[in-house]
Amino acid sequence: MPKYLTTALSQNRTDIMNQSFLVYFLLFSSIMFTSCDRQEVKQMPVGNTENVAAITSNTKMVKIPGGKYKPFYGSDTSMTTVTSFLIDVNPVTNGEFLEFVKTHPEWQRSNIKRLYADSNYLKDWISDTALPKDIKADAPVCNVSWYAAKAFAKAVGKRLPTLDEWEFVAMADETTDNARSKKSYSDHIIDQYLIKNRQFNQVRQSKANYWGVYNMFDLVWEWTDDFNSVLMTLESRGGDYSDNNLFCAGGATSATDILNYAAFMRFSMRAGLKANYTVANLGFRCAINMDSSALGFNK
Amino acid sequence: MKHNFILSGLLLALTLGACKTNNEAGSAANGQSTLDMVAEGAPEVAEVTGAPKVPAPIGDRGPKKLIVNLETTEITGEIADGKQYTFWTFNNTVPGSFIRVREGDEVELHLKNAANSVLPHNIDLHAVTGPGGGAEATSAVPGKEAVFTFKALNPGLFVYHCAAPPVPMHIGNGMYGLILVEPAGGLKKVDHEYYIMQGEFYTKAKTDSLLEFDNDKAVAESPDYVLFNGKKGSLLGKNMIEAKVGETVRIFIGVGGPNLTSSFHVIGEIFDNVYLEGGSTVSHNVQTTMIPSGGAAIVEFKVDYPGEYVIVDHSLSRAFNKGAIGKLKVTGDKNAKVFNHGTFAK
Repeated sequence: MPKYLTTALSQNRTDIMNQSFLVYFLLFSSIMFTSCDRQEVKQMPVGNTENVAAITSNTKMVKIPGGKYKPFYGSDTSMTTVTSFLIDVNPVTNGEFLEFVKTHPEWQRSNIKRLYADSNYLKDWISDTALPKDIKADAPVCNVSWYAAKAFAKAVGKRLPTLDEWEFVAMADETTDNARSKKSYSDHIIDQYLIKNRQFNQVRQSKANYWGVYNMFDLVWEWTDDFNSVLMTLESRGGDYSDNNLFCAGGATSATDILNYAAFMRFSMRAGLKANYTVANLGFRCAINMDSSALGFNK
Repeated sequence: MKHNFILSGLLLALTLGACKTNNEAGSAANGQSTLDMVAEGAPEVAEVTGAPKVPAPIGDRGPKKLIVNLETTEITGEIADGKQYTFWTFNNTVPGSFIRVREGDEVELHLKNAANSVLPHNIDLHAVTGPGGGAEATSAVPGKEAVFTFKALNPGLFVYHCAAPPVPMHIGNGMYGLILVEPAGGLKKVDHEYYIMQGEFYTKAKTDSLLEFDNDKAVAESPDYVLFNGKKGSLLGKNMIEAKVGETVRIFIGVGGPNLTSSFHVIGEIFDNVYLEGGSTVSHNVQTTMIPSGGAAIVEFKVDYPGEYVIVDHSLSRAFNKGAIGKLKVTGDKNAKVFNHGTFAK
């Protein structure tokens, strides 16, 4: 039975590692590779470097005070520290992404290299720089690759949240910072996950969570900077993903701990991704370090 | 599991001396290892079918290379009494398409996840020898296709299912089907072959007419519906399976679960042959055969008398209260020697 728990965690990640390296070499010509170690959240370069023209993001950010949390994957005793950071209150919208590609033509649909996005990249758009009428400008952008998401974040002086940061925020419900033990909250997430075509809805129409963050579950799956770090961690142990780790998480799934079902779904989604994939219900939001002065956010 | 099975097989062989388990590493009559069988020719796209139909028998052909195309979808359809349910499927049907191959065949399985799916899906085929039964190799996010290749080493009737987490939900929504691996030379010819799968559904009302998966009921293993082929009445009325007096019938019956087993029984018939658990051991003259969740059986019988024969899970509340009921309609002449209403015929 453990195999079922591991099923989604199996794709060969080597190619992604290679592609990631390639991009760092080619695009940003600097190497600051994201650590796979969940114990520390390393900073990604923010602000402007060569070849990335700055644009302004009007999306409000809120401060998430750091803390320790128990990751979905990992041994029972390992608590992970998340340092304070700022996160977008909603996913990046079609309108924002449109502004980005207007000023960054290399990320337009007809210019983007296949290495950085598959053939479904922004496929619903009527041209490189125009949205169809039936797509709302303030609905989350989808069909964007991890590379494109990272490029957008860089252009607005931000970065993608790490998996730990994202999951840390995801623990909150409307009234508490950690609702993992509440069954009603868990059920609510699953209910939202199962709704089709919800990615076409506008952002911030539902209630914000404890931190003031909207749309963590009800619109799109979201890229994280290290979306496959669990796999990389496992791989770094010599490919011995013997179920031990996963089985732990699996063992935690019980009738009263249904949240793990929602988390299983998220991790399974992430595990099926490659960095150049674009998916109809997969978008992203941005984060930024507390010590960044790039945009002078109130902290 | 497989190791234990092999170990048991070896022990049995040692104990009984000459016994060679038929299902291990090739069962070809000439003693050739299945692994060494060469799949000839260019790859062909395999015919697959929705229940209760099955693809044509393999006959006496040799091993081939086959391409099997499956698409995972999330669709709404009727489950019972005018109620709709959001099913997750392989090829838009519950159960998913029946796959029919020969031992020694090499199969290139393409699993495409529909672009409008909300979730990732994959496939674990119990007929596959290899990690996850293919699940690890086929994890596909919405809009993507994954491919893997396997050699059918063991003949038998096997369940396949989605193994993306949470697995009970994926199976509970209908993501299962059967793959038949015929032995060299094929199964004996019969007049009718049918495909039936039992699965149970745990539901709650989303709207007046739309039901959806209820995890609490699934965990409690307390389903609202126990159904053949994913819909109440799928084998009733104009959907009854049929045969004529004197004909032979073979039913490929599987259980998707996710939790319940089936005490499979046809009221008023006796199974002449049952391939126990879908494997190579054939039992005879069986009234009710037990089918595990995630397991299958092949039952064969000759029909000798006309009438409507009721197909049930003989855990009978499931049949009479939860929908696990179907019918085989047999037409033809009555034979008073077989059955007669009243005293001895004169």
